[in-house]
Amino acid sequence: MNRLAPAALALATMLAACSGEQPPLQYGADPELPEPRRGLMPDMVIAKPAGWGDRVPLVPEGFEVRAIATDLLIPRQTLVLPNGDILVAEGRGGNAPRLKPKDVIAGPIKAAGTTQVQSGNRLTLLRDADGDGDYEIQTVFAANLNAPYGLALVGDSLYVANQDAVVRFDYTPGQTQASAATPETLALLPSEINHHWTKAMTASADGRRLYVGIGSNSNITERGMLAEQDRAMVWEIDVASGMHRPYATGLRNPTALAIQPGSGQLWAVVNERDELGPNLVPDYLTSVREGGFYGWPWAYWGQHVDERVRPRNPEKVAQAITPDYSLGAHVAALGLDFSSAAMGPAFADGAFVGMHGSWNRADPVGYKVVFVPFRNGRPAGDPVDFVTGFRDDDGTTRGRPVGVTVDPRGALIVADDLSNTIWRVSRVDAPALDPVPPLGEDAGGMDDRDGATGDDTGPGDDEAGTTPTPAPPPPG
Amino acid sequence: MSASIHRPYVTSCPPLHAVLLGGAATLFLAALLSDIAYTRSYEIQWNNFASWLIAGGLVVAGAALVCAILGLLPARRTRHSLLHFVLLLVAWIVGLLNALWHARDAWASMPGGLVLSVITVLLACAATWLGCGAVRTGGAP
Repeated sequence: MNRLAPAALALATMLAACSGEQPPLQYGADPELPEPRRGLMPDMVIAKPAGWGDRVPLVPEGFEVRAIATDLLIPRQTLVLPNGDILVAEGRGGNAPRLKPKDVIAGPIKAAGTTQVQSGNRLTLLRDADGDGDYEIQTVFAANLNAPYGLALVGDSLYVANQDAVVRFDYTPGQTQASAATPETLALLPSEINHHWTKAMTASADGRRLYVGIGSNSNITERGMLAEQDRAMVWEIDVASGMHRPYATGLRNPTALAIQPGSGQLWAVVNERDELGPNLVPDYLTSVREGGFYGWPWAYWGQHVDERVRPRNPEKVAQAITPDYSLGAHVAALGLDFSSAAMGPAFADGAFVGMHGSWNRADPVGYKVVFVPFRNGRPAGDPVDFVTGFRDDDGTTRGRPVGVTVDPRGALIVADDLSNTIWRVSRVDAPALDPVPPLGEDAGGMDDRDGATGDDTGPGDDEAGTTPTPAPPPPG
Repeated sequence: MSASIHRPYVTSCPPLHAVLLGGAATLFLAALLSDIAYTRSYEIQWNNFASWLIAGGLVVAGAALVCAILGLLPARRTRHSLLHFVLLLVAWIVGLLNALWHARDAWASMPGGLVLSVITVLLACAATWLGCGAVRTGGAP
């Protein structure tokens, strides 16, 4: 890793010199898209991993941040359980073979910018029993999973999206360890090659359906079209039967899914294709329309044709839907959750997005958590930095954000898969940790949201002791 | 064997050099054929084949370049040594550009990759011709 880093930097510097000035990223509903551009080599600037030391990420005024778990085994996504416990999915997946000399060369260079620990393949549970913000209990909830990523709680069922299947554990509030060593399999997921292996997941507001994001098996069909069978789409899985159908297609790599409070609408963040230049193609946040086709591989950002795909398919291009909101090209959005009133007035209406950060851009972007403000249920305005300080301008990178989850007690849980840390960003004045009635109103606002991840007893019943409050029966 | 053997002519090309030149030209030619197959079928595996064949061609041509440099030594120099070396060097450089071009994903490698493959093959064949075909009569090598 350290041997490769200088080489990667030298390469990057050389390439940066070639790429000239780069216009700023384009955000929002109508980004200005440049012409596709790719030189002899792709722009590559790889993160130089460094420890946090005494430092912590930077958060807005009125918030504080603390590491509530360290030395995990590649934390990706988190789930806040009804009693305030946090489940962390840890692991690394994918078994894509190296097809070309390029893969042999670029693979180790890119890997230098990620953690070197082994895949945990487990769920860790974190508990703050006394509500002081210190998660003093840490247990392995379940082990021997296969690169778990998406998590959803529906009633007494905890669903885990492994890289090859959705599995189910029984969950009783207060549990620190799953009662069964081996979970039941609800549905197998496409897992051949698994170029993009992460299986994002969320549950519908009524808890009867699971939505699972399945990424493409290539950047842009360079593994052939046959490898893209059942890829680049969101599946809808019926919880009762395990049957599935494609819910929306043409989504290159839907890395996080969330249900919007109130409307029950499914939203996704999607990672778009590389090697078309520094400002192509924007990663995006979008509401996901049932039956919608979002372009991949034939088109990007609506109906812009990607000439790298043969044979052409003008009919599919014509069907392609333009996504709702550009997050900027190459930011690598991997986390998404809707906010709530518990996050304070400035961040009450909108969505948090975790950005893992770029590799294919001479001037790196991402490496932070942003807040996308919403108005009337739609994104409105530029993203606002919420957690930063992961990367310095000289390339020193202490962390890379992945999953973000809003804790109904007024905090954002951020998984950092470079430093293997879980960060908790909470409000300083902390009505969040104070189980007083005004927060009970927030709980009302949270009901729809938490319907997505299970039955929350609401932030009002902040766990003061170790005795968990039983969850009410599932809705419907 | 006695020293009485007298060859009427010698090539400037030792057997190892000849094998390397033939290998490089063949690999580059195979890459070109794979490129043609890809452009006709859109079957991505041909594109993968071409990438590896070019990489192999570069390795073998690189070894041949070392031989060509040795061929520039006064004791071995012939009429075409310099031109052979230059052509082989240019073939190698174009081959390297071709390898990078083939690293572009899917159809992004085309049609530029095909054009570069044609140029590489022509240069490699010309270099081989000059390196192995050159003869001179009599005398010490």
